[in-house]
Amino acid sequence: MKDVKILGPGCKRCDAAAEMVKTEAAKLGIAVTVEKVTDYAAIAGYGIASTPGIVVEGKVVHAGGLPRQDAIAGWLRA
Amino acid sequence: MSIESSLRQPGGERDATWRWLAATVAGLVLWGLLYSQLIPFSEWIVSVLPVERSSHLGEAIAFLVYDTPKVLLLLTLVVFAMGIVRSFFSPEKTRAMLAGRAEGVGNVAAAGLGILTPFCSCSAVPLFIGFVSAGVPLGVTFSFLIAAPMINEVALGLLFALVGWEVALTYLAFGLSVAIVGGFVIGKLKLEGWLEPWVREIRAGALELPDEQITIVDRLKAGVEAVTDIVGRVWMWLIAGIAAGALIHGYVPAELMVRIMGADAWWSVPAAVALGIPMYTNAAGIIPVVEALLGKGAALGTTLAFMMSVIALSLPEMIILRKVLSLKLIAVFVAVVGTGILAVGFLFNALFH
Repeated sequence: MKDVKILGPGCKRCDAAAEMVKTEAAKLGIAVTVEKVTDYAAIAGYGIASTPGIVVEGKVVHAGGLPRQDAIAGWLRA
Repeated sequence: MSIESSLRQPGGERDATWRWLAATVAGLVLWGLLYSQLIPFSEWIVSVLPVERSSHLGEAIAFLVYDTPKVLLLLTLVVFAMGIVRSFFSPEKTRAMLAGRAEGVGNVAAAGLGILTPFCSCSAVPLFIGFVSAGVPLGVTFSFLIAAPMINEVALGLLFALVGWEVALTYLAFGLSVAIVGGFVIGKLKLEGWLEPWVREIRAGALELPDEQITIVDRLKAGVEAVTDIVGRVWMWLIAGIAAGALIHGYVPAELMVRIMGADAWWSVPAAVALGIPMYTNAAGIIPVVEALLGKGAALGTTLAFMMSVIALSLPEMIILRKVLSLKLIAVFVAVVGTGILAVGFLFNALFH
């Protein structure tokens, strides 16, 4: 079970990023839990300056704007 | 990455690169064709309408029919280009460049980077905390936050399209000055203690993100995304603004405008700034109005002050920033930026009298 967190105050792009991760995980057959982190203090604690941020297994892999679909696959497989 | 290196990549990706480059060139050619046909098109529309060309209504309609497609076309081009430029920047890279910078140089760099860094108001708060907690001085952060929303491609592109490059450049220069000086003054006031307490306690530091491989195709896609996102969001404002501008063009008498917004009416600058704060529209809605006001003899300084106030001092943004700034700090922010805009307005009216 891979633990994925989406960092963002709840904007449209944050929801879109969460959906992209879920879709890609289903395609690859990797079980994931996707949790949205919306608290500003918690988001800031990860050290990013733009949202949505993506955290996979506790490691920040992306910040700002929508990620590339093939990059998501790379993060989930790693 | 250079064109050559990405073309050396494996087959499928190379084809995609060529397809995107070809599509971009085709798009630019189509753009040029459309743009060259604008005047004949709008003259034709007005000529088939049962309205006298020289009447109030005829003037207003000609303005609307000619300006709408012209402005939409120019806006699309500028936003596309800026989307590509912005793919070279990110808030994290900007933060790394600004962290620990001395004030002065830092304010100048922050204001300049504020124009180039992709920024959306929904991530203003994470950006603010991310900057301050990683050691970007408060005043430098403010220079960024003043410049980013005020000087954007929509404002500059529309000013260029509707009013001319001189005014667009003037807006750029004065916007940068307000952001640099405003941030510098806020920095000198040493207001770090006025941040909300929980913000001061965050000591996350700056995170180094692994570099994501960005190809030419990604950059072109970023341009297209910027167009669908920004033009898709502002076109309604734009048309509303052009319609308002058309009414001013057709109906508002020039003597009235000169009297209330002319250079001789000194009080019009503070009035324009005060009026602009509660008004919330983006650049797309306000610039067609600005053009019409200028055409009717409103003074340039007063008009620019009005525009900057509407865009840079908006209530919704203050409500978002209230989450991290105390009310006192927001008041200082409004006072400093407002004073800067006033100075711009007066200076301009005096220079171009």
